[in-house]
Amino acid sequence: MKTLTNPELDVSPVRGDTEHRVEWELRLYVAGQTPKCVAAFSNLKLICEEHLKGQYRIELIDLLENPQLGRGDQILAIPTLVRKLPTPIKKIIGDLSNTERVLVGLDLRPVKSGL
Amino acid sequence: MSNEIKKSGPSLEKSLTGIAGLDEITNGGLPKGRSTLVCGAAGCGKTVLAMQFLVNGAIEYNETGVFMAFEETETELAQNFDSLGFDLEELVKQKKLVLEHIHLERSEIEETGEYDLEGLFVRLAYAIDTIGAQRVVMDTIESLFSGLQNESILRAEIRRLFRWLKDRGITSIVTGEKGEKSLTRMGIEEYISDCVIVLDNRINDFIATRRLRILKYRGSAHGGNEYPFLLDEQGLSVQPITSIGLQHSASTERVSSGIPALDKMLGGQGYYRGSSILVSGTAGVGKSTIAAYFAYAACMRGERCCYFSMEESAAQIIRNMKSIGLDFTPLVEKGLLIIHPARPSVFGLEMHLVTMQKMIDAYKPQVVVLDPITNLVSVGSMIEVRSMLTRLIDWLKVEQITSLYTSLTVQGSAAANTEVGISSLMDTWLLLRDIESNGERNRGLYVLKSRGMSHSNQIREFLVTDRGVKLIDAYLGTGGVLTGTSRLIQEEKDKTEAAALQQELMQRQRELECKREALEAQINSLKGKFAAEELELQRVMSQCQEIEQAKQLGKERIARSRNTDSE
Repeated sequence: MKTLTNPELDVSPVRGDTEHRVEWELRLYVAGQTPKCVAAFSNLKLICEEHLKGQYRIELIDLLENPQLGRGDQILAIPTLVRKLPTPIKKIIGDLSNTERVLVGLDLRPVKSGL
Repeated sequence: MSNEIKKSGPSLEKSLTGIAGLDEITNGGLPKGRSTLVCGAAGCGKTVLAMQFLVNGAIEYNETGVFMAFEETETELAQNFDSLGFDLEELVKQKKLVLEHIHLERSEIEETGEYDLEGLFVRLAYAIDTIGAQRVVMDTIESLFSGLQNESILRAEIRRLFRWLKDRGITSIVTGEKGEKSLTRMGIEEYISDCVIVLDNRINDFIATRRLRILKYRGSAHGGNEYPFLLDEQGLSVQPITSIGLQHSASTERVSSGIPALDKMLGGQGYYRGSSILVSGTAGVGKSTIAAYFAYAACMRGERCCYFSMEESAAQIIRNMKSIGLDFTPLVEKGLLIIHPARPSVFGLEMHLVTMQKMIDAYKPQVVVLDPITNLVSVGSMIEVRSMLTRLIDWLKVEQITSLYTSLTVQGSAAANTEVGISSLMDTWLLLRDIESNGERNRGLYVLKSRGMSHSNQIREFLVTDRGVKLIDAYLGTGGVLTGTSRLIQEEKDKTEAAALQQELMQRQRELECKREALEAQINSLKGKFAAEELELQRVMSQCQEIEQAKQLGKERIARSRNTDSE
């Protein structure tokens, strides 16, 4: 397990390398800076850097600041990661601590038994 | 803890639902600022009840509301409730209502690690804040369990949600699907302890009846029975008429039965207004006729009448009553008479009661006819029918509506026996019975009881003719009660006897007259004889006189001649 080095939240919406084509549009819904939200963000960043380097963009939405945005993506659980692109839309809830499941959820790794 | 509050005092504020009847049995509505669980099987009206709570709140009580729908989308909701006459879109536009669809699809969601339902809280808070909502409905929150896997998180969050709603002072309804062992499938009743309403749609003998019960209502008195309720085009309405006691006033006003002779039997003035009248008898004795007369008379007085027919269609009643001289058509056209035909088996007993109550509420008649009540037994047991009628009668009495019920007695059974169940509820009981003798069947009517008035103890013969109904004193003779032809024969016999007597008298009179005439004739003839004799005597007397005179004359002549010689 790698240690997380960047636990604080950076609310700038765009992350990743911009010179490459952005294929992955991710949206992370949080509600304030709770430990779960902070953990989810850093876990997500690590996973993206490792598997989608240069092809992703993360939009961080704090529902405490923009509560009206929760309706659009049908957010219930916090934190929720929404894969807007590529379609179909996928949702991953939780602090994203289980990397394996996150990768399955993002279709980055096929489910072992399937395919 | 303080003692249980017996009456709903100021300590427990309530939030009116505006649902007919529900506010009565809850003594003023749902607990304000708390959560109420409405549970029941699928399709028993949970969503309707919840939505009505919000819509009525928004329209009537100026309390805005949020509807969190876990099962239907906003558009679906608007469409579904359009049929109930609720314009949800308009309310949303007026910012009196927020519809929020919560979409949860397990296949779309991957769970990785710790999470909470803050998103739901944020959305709910946002919805509440945008319109300043005081009422919230969550329909049904248990859907969360099918969308999310981590039950322990869900339970903790649901508990937190109710606490959160309570802290915000929001009156909420949470619906829950009926579970196998617990009230709700996921046992969420354990988080809601203030008020639990159970809805039920039970089927007995193929007939469904919706019922509502307040399972618990902390800190408030409430009706504990199962109340039938209606779910129709006006939404949900509960009929709590079990709760009515014997507190109705008693009118001294009298209303005519429509048959003058019958009025005469009932102390001369007819029934009491607001009383209940039972007309019982075997098949074909004219129960409906008496009912129809009553209805007709009411309409003729300008009153309105509701005629609930359990056997005949409206057209059939109109035709049949026309044959005895009652024309219902103009009364129906004028709206004075409403004939409501309904087969008893169309729905459950309670549903009948509720429908009747609803119709009576809407139409406000002064007179109600139920023809016949015995058919109701086909949809419920005698006890159920009795209970239903008790409530109906009590309620009608409170409303001061005079009601007439017909009841079919099974031929051969004791006339008074079958009605025991209901007759005690009735103020006036007319018994029609057929009297079979000498190869014909006649109808007899008598007043079995009539509370609060002196009434005739006589059996009257009840004649239905094409010009209406006639009550005739039955022939009471040594041979018992005679009706029909026997009565006619007896009357004829009496008439002949009287005539014979009359004739004899005349005969005697004539005889006497003759005798007198004869006597007079005799007297006349004797008088004649006497006169003749008198005449004869006179004649003889005058003869004698003449002879005497002649004699004298002769003597004188002789003397004269003798004188000459001697002188």
